[in-house]
Amino acid sequence: MKIFLKIVFFCILVFSGFVGFANFGIPQVKSAPPPTEEKLDLGNMTMDQFIALGDKVFNGKGTCTLCHNNVGKRAPMLDGAGEEAVANRAPLRLKDPRYKGKATTPEEYLRESMKTPSAFVVAGFGSDNDTKSPMPVVTQGSIGLSDAEVDAVIAFLQNKSGVEVTVKIPVGAPPSEKAEEAKPAEPAKTPEEVIVKFGCGACHKIGKEEGAIGPDLTHVGKSKNESYLRRAVLDPNADIAKNCPGGAPCVPGMMPPDFGAKMTGSEFEMLVQYLVKSK
Amino acid sequence: MYESDIANAEEAVKSEAKATEAVKEGEKKAEYPPAPKLTAADYPQIGGFNSRILVWIVAQLHLWFAAFVLAVPIFVLIIEAIGMATKDQRYDNMAYEFIKVSMAAYSITAIMGGLLTFSLLIFYPDLFKYLTSLFSRSMLAYAFLFFAESASLYVYYYGWHWLEGGFKKWVHLTIGLVLNFVGTVLMLFANAWVTFSMSPNGVDPGTGAFLGSEWDVIHNFLWNPLNLHRVVANIAYGGSIIGAYAAYKFLGSASKEDRAHYDWMGYTSNIIAVGGLLPLPFAGYWLVKEIYAYSQQMGITLMGGVFAWLFIMQAVLIGALFLSVNYYLWCGMGRSEGSVRYTKNIKWIAAAVVACFLVWFTPHTLVLTNQELKALGGPYHKYLGPLGIMPAKNTAVNIMIIMTFLSFTLYRRVNKIATVSWADAGSAVQAAIFAGGIGNIIFLGVYHGYFTNTAYKVASSIPQVSSTAVVIIATLIIDSMMFKGAKEVAPLRWGNVPARSQYALFTLAVSFTWLMGLMGYIRSGIRQHWHVNSIMRDNSINAFTPTIGYAAQVVTLAAVIFMAIVIFIFWLSNISSKKSAAH
Ligand code: HEC
Ligand code: HEC
Repeated sequence: MKIFLKIVFFCILVFSGFVGFANFGIPQVKSAPPPTEEKLDLGNMTMDQFIALGDKVFNGKGTCTLCHNNVGKRAPMLDGAGEEAVANRAPLRLKDPRYKGKATTPEEYLRESMKTPSAFVVAGFGSDNDTKSPMPVVTQGSIGLSDAEVDAVIAFLQNKSGVEVTVKIPVGAPPSEKAEEAKPAEPAKTPEEVIVKFGCGACHKIGKEEGAIGPDLTHVGKSKNESYLRRAVLDPNADIAKNCPGGAPCVPGMMPPDFGAKMTGSEFEMLVQYLVKSK
Repeated sequence: MYESDIANAEEAVKSEAKATEAVKEGEKKAEYPPAPKLTAADYPQIGGFNSRILVWIVAQLHLWFAAFVLAVPIFVLIIEAIGMATKDQRYDNMAYEFIKVSMAAYSITAIMGGLLTFSLLIFYPDLFKYLTSLFSRSMLAYAFLFFAESASLYVYYYGWHWLEGGFKKWVHLTIGLVLNFVGTVLMLFANAWVTFSMSPNGVDPGTGAFLGSEWDVIHNFLWNPLNLHRVVANIAYGGSIIGAYAAYKFLGSASKEDRAHYDWMGYTSNIIAVGGLLPLPFAGYWLVKEIYAYSQQMGITLMGGVFAWLFIMQAVLIGALFLSVNYYLWCGMGRSEGSVRYTKNIKWIAAAVVACFLVWFTPHTLVLTNQELKALGGPYHKYLGPLGIMPAKNTAVNIMIIMTFLSFTLYRRVNKIATVSWADAGSAVQAAIFAGGIGNIIFLGVYHGYFTNTAYKVASSIPQVSSTAVVIIATLIIDSMMFKGAKEVAPLRWGNVPARSQYALFTLAVSFTWLMGLMGYIRSGIRQHWHVNSIMRDNSINAFTPTIGYAAQVVTLAAVIFMAIVIFIFWLSNISSKKSAAH
């Protein structure tokens, strides 16, 4: 029995040493909480906000700095100064005799680097004689950026280098589905809020928004009556408008058909009254 | 209970699969559903249980016991064969005693496996369903194999004395072989389920829908590296636990014969544990290298991110393992009077082991994000920094291995004097081999550490390992020739060791257990917020990656439960042997 207790005591002693060291001997690094899938409100964004979004993606969800940092030397620096800014050397990449990719502009080169990393592999960083890049396709798998986020990162990188930002804020980006599943948002209180919340401005000129995919809605109440407008939002394909921007005919199926299901009754009523009054 | 569980789950999944098939029949050929997308509400909360900690602990307990019961038959078979070849009954008796200890652990393994299945079903039903739908056949096979494993184990154990002598012994050995084969296949299946969640294969990368070939799912990228790593680690682990058993019995035995017997048993187990421990770092490097090759992102998360400090913890533990092994060998020299010739060297070996340990201990602060960089106060030190990276760690571990081997070599000659005419020259050559090997390892380490700038500094490891292997093999060959017909100066007296040496055996078992728990956490943790990496997201409230301190607490809790059960088993075997002795 004495031996038994001695051994138990000894084991506990050793364990305590280990736990103690693990808790107090080394710094406790808290990992970032799992990334949340945010819904991008691109329709509302200025270029500065778009660049800030790129910054956030680059340093967060994109996990770019995991490899592209100046500590590990596992990947070339992207957001440094001068030579270390990738947008500055992108034109040189296109002239590189090894370059076999499809990009023709620096912007396309950056996009290609992210979506098909092995199209061109920076010398010394790849495997199989620099034909295979260790960089993951950032639009897939565990990183899973949307195209809009990729563009935001490009804008961020270009801005960082001081070259002209050539990317456009994409319009009509499909909202990320998971975010909506997660939690119903607060109901909007004014018609303007409804328009922002459901992103009408991504496609339409309406209020302060400048979308250019669907018809201009600033004076829609002049030519269309209430029941038409109700139907236009609830069942967009019932009537197809003829006056889409640029003189092109409107395409059926462009406008999301599920607003009716997503809006609350009062949001919908507010919106319709707002449209009716837009004369 | 365990088998029927899996079989039941199997049934449920099958009938469900049939139902979905029937629904889809109208459309086209049966297609497989995508991996489910979950919300926090999909994870049942029962009482105040933290489901992750519960599953974590149960899984860890299952793994420890399983590692033990899978490993023991491997070396029991070898020892039995040695006994048969040398006609030395002592080996046979020891092998029998080993398997006896593992019998009690066997049923606990099964119980833990059943508990694990239950708790997964209850707390992670969707994940469980998704995995069973992919692994339907291998899980069914697993259930059958489990029967086969139990059957062969029972025959092997209960038939030990019945199948004795001549041809019957061969039959017994064959059963042992079957037992090992079945056990290994069982483990390979379980490994496939685990590695699938790290490096999924055979499913659509976008949706996680099964592509139709279960072999592809099983044969995923990290399967083989993990298989090797686990087999080797299990052997070392099994050895260390049996060593603790022997130590327990040694401390408790009053008679001289018993002490001699258990001393010898502890010594043998220690050799087995060390035999598994030495190749383990290399199996580990291979695994990590493959993780990098599979996903550099995952590799960096592992070695440079949140988990970087864990490797310091690992260094402490492995250091503790090596030190206790060496300490045990040094104590063991006291078994023979001849040891006085060597004891003066021990302090130098000890110094070298400690120095290696310190190098291994030097942290390397790669950082995950800019914020963390700031939090940790900058990147690594200019001159000491290289001590933190792979080449230096490789160097340290190789030298540590060589030093341990040197302890062993000295230990082996304490009771003998070589009589061959070239004995002095032979010893000189051996010394030269040791010096050359160490020199080469240090040179390679310094060269790769300070003067190359590749992303893969691991390049130094292969020539270093080769140097270590050359030193070990060459020394063993020379030894075997040199000590042929050597004169015994002072016989080894088993049982003649101080009690504190037995605590070294305990340290070995305890550290090993804890180390395994910690590495289990890291293996699972690098998936971060994914159930199945990049395929099925963990959306439970416990999706966050815990800090090392937190993980260490959970691991300790599990390890204490484990050791309590193990000591209880030892105690049980004690009363049963007392009873049979009284007969
Ligand atoms: C797992 C490590 C890893 C991650 C994560 C990663 N990259 Fe890379 N990246 C590399 C490596 C290695 C290279 C160099 C080889 C090559 O050209 O593909 C590279 C190259 C690039 C290049 C081309 C650089 C040049 O000089 O031409 C760009 C642009 C780039 N990455 C952008 C990104 C962005 C943006 C992210 C985050 C969304 C990201 N990378 C995430 C490893 C990574
Ligand atoms: C993805 C782009 C897109 C979004 C987002 C979108 N629409 Fe549309 N919308 C269109 C297109 C394209 C048309 C023309 C084709 C049609 O009628 O289906 C249209 C037509 C309409 C019309 C009929 C105009 C006419 O003159 O006949 C109304 C009214 C309308 N949308 C209102 C809305 C409102 C309100 C929202 C926000 C709740 C919204 N739309 C969001 C693309 C969009």
